[in-house]
Amino acid sequence: MKSQSNDARPFSVMVNKEIADHIRSWRFIILIALIVLTFIASMYVSLANIKQATGNTKDPNHVFLYLKLLTTTDNSVPPFHVFLSFLAPLLGISLGFDAINSEQNSGTLTRLMAQPIYRDNLLLAKFVSALVVVSSLFLTLALLMIGGGLVITGVRVEPQELLRIFGFIVITIAYVAFWLSLSIMLSIQFRQAATSALTAIGIWLFFTIFYQIVINLAVKSFLPDPSFLTQEQVISYNNLILNLQRIAPSQLYSDAITTLLIPSVRSLGPVTMEQMARAIPSVLPFKESVLIVWPQVSGLLASTVSCFALAYYLFMRREIRS
Amino acid sequence: MKDPIIQLKGLSKNYGSVKAVDDLNLDVYKGEIFGLLGPNGAGKTTTILMMLGLTDPSSGTAHVCGHNATNSPIAVKKKVGYMPDSVGFYDNMTALENLMYIGRLNGLPENELEARALNILEIVGLTADSHKKTSAYSRGMKQRLGLADVLIKNPDVIILDEPTLGIDPTGVRDFLALIKQLSRQQGLTVLLSSHHLHHVQQVCDRVGIFVNGKLLAQGDISTLSGKLFGTDGHVTAITLDQAIPQAWPLEPELKQWEAITQLTINQNELEFTCSSNITAALVRFLVEKGYDVIGVHQKNYGLDDIYQKYFESNSIENTSYEKSIE
Repeated sequence: MKSQSNDARPFSVMVNKEIADHIRSWRFIILIALIVLTFIASMYVSLANIKQATGNTKDPNHVFLYLKLLTTTDNSVPPFHVFLSFLAPLLGISLGFDAINSEQNSGTLTRLMAQPIYRDNLLLAKFVSALVVVSSLFLTLALLMIGGGLVITGVRVEPQELLRIFGFIVITIAYVAFWLSLSIMLSIQFRQAATSALTAIGIWLFFTIFYQIVINLAVKSFLPDPSFLTQEQVISYNNLILNLQRIAPSQLYSDAITTLLIPSVRSLGPVTMEQMARAIPSVLPFKESVLIVWPQVSGLLASTVSCFALAYYLFMRREIRS
Repeated sequence: MKDPIIQLKGLSKNYGSVKAVDDLNLDVYKGEIFGLLGPNGAGKTTTILMMLGLTDPSSGTAHVCGHNATNSPIAVKKKVGYMPDSVGFYDNMTALENLMYIGRLNGLPENELEARALNILEIVGLTADSHKKTSAYSRGMKQRLGLADVLIKNPDVIILDEPTLGIDPTGVRDFLALIKQLSRQQGLTVLLSSHHLHHVQQVCDRVGIFVNGKLLAQGDISTLSGKLFGTDGHVTAITLDQAIPQAWPLEPELKQWEAITQLTINQNELEFTCSSNITAALVRFLVEKGYDVIGVHQKNYGLDDIYQKYFESNSIENTSYEKSIE
């Protein structure tokens, strides 16, 4: 027991120091400003349109005021969750791209490694500290939104809404965690911070812009003409395309949060007429929505863990020289 | 006393086909100051990294304070303070904060941490600058802070990699004096690496000469010069006013002297190689015989000559082994 607490102490010391560093850095202040600004902008737009959205009784989601706050827009600015699918990678990359190489270049890594600490503790401290900071930021925003909504509208929060909003926050944090572990891994691999930042941004751009184009091109050249196919074949090809697209973490993220924030989404793949027959356009319970996005969430966590494992592998046996 | 605190056995490290360290055997004893002397790229830093478990040896073992550095680096790092050659600090923190962070990582109790850090800053002479950000520190001050950083964990052994690099001569003298004083007062074992032989000569009890991954010789400086230039290390050159004739009558007489092993005559200059220091007796003898002595030069082999002798053959290879970042 005693030795365990002794081992944990350097870790918490490192996490404390890293968090303090993040909070004091200009980079983080700029990122917070960016996210808070988009939050305010999208909230402003959705508040202006909230009356129309909740008054639309044809929409099964109209009872969920707080989910509507997050998703409603008049198309002048994207809703907050779409904004986040762009900003979350930026947040993760900018908090992690120089985690190890800046320490190495300033000569502090050797000094740190000469102390009686485990190497993986350093990686973990970098990862955990950034996540703690990001989590508190998102949690604060979500609570601010709910509190602000309560004050402005006076409408009670449904327990289901609260769960869905927290689910959205958790998935967003997992998405940031993926980009964070990817950029930490790159910061170990590349000695120049600029190289690792560029590589991380390159991967992000590839997945958000080019990946879908590549998939479409590949599919167009391989897919037979749909008019010669049976319905089952079309569906199976469709599923194949969707699954290929789901390799991209951004796709997983937007699938997952769309399902959580719009309770009437019942499937992420193609749905046949037979399946839709007699279905009442109603909302799913929270548990069902979670079951739909479970593969997406596991995929995100798995990519995060594998990036982190790779970082660990690269770092553990490496020679530390300044 | 005679228990080696650092024990390297057959230590080797290969980078591809290049042998950075080649079958190194070295013992450093408790309380001594050992100097690892060698040109750039000789493998000094690699050896030190292997002692701390920061890199794995290709073969051989490194035992420090009784622990195997490769298998249990944490145990070694608890006892050993290491100052890297280009020591860096967190620029956004003050010297005191930097020091306290390292203290916390070493598990020092929080309530005595600040007092201890301030005390150590006083020892290294940085009290006045303890609340300055380290980005404003000069190279010499950083070096001192690096030493404080090493001392705060209360180590048994301190390893300093090129501690005198880039400091001005006064700074070097003060710094080395500080190291010597600390070692003597606290019984610290010090291993320092350098390519500056004069610095090493000033403080080290024993020296190891390290070239191209091999330890060519070790011992204190007189042993080293003895090994290098034979046991008869004392050479005295005496210059006379008048030229010495071809068949000098005193030559056979001098050769009778037991201490003299060799006598060379070159016009008016006599060079004696002796087993012990008999310069005074030689001068008296020549004066009594009526010769006018105008110059006496006693040759002591210092590290300069040792260094020269060992490194001259390697000077060509050195350029290709130069570290990429200095």
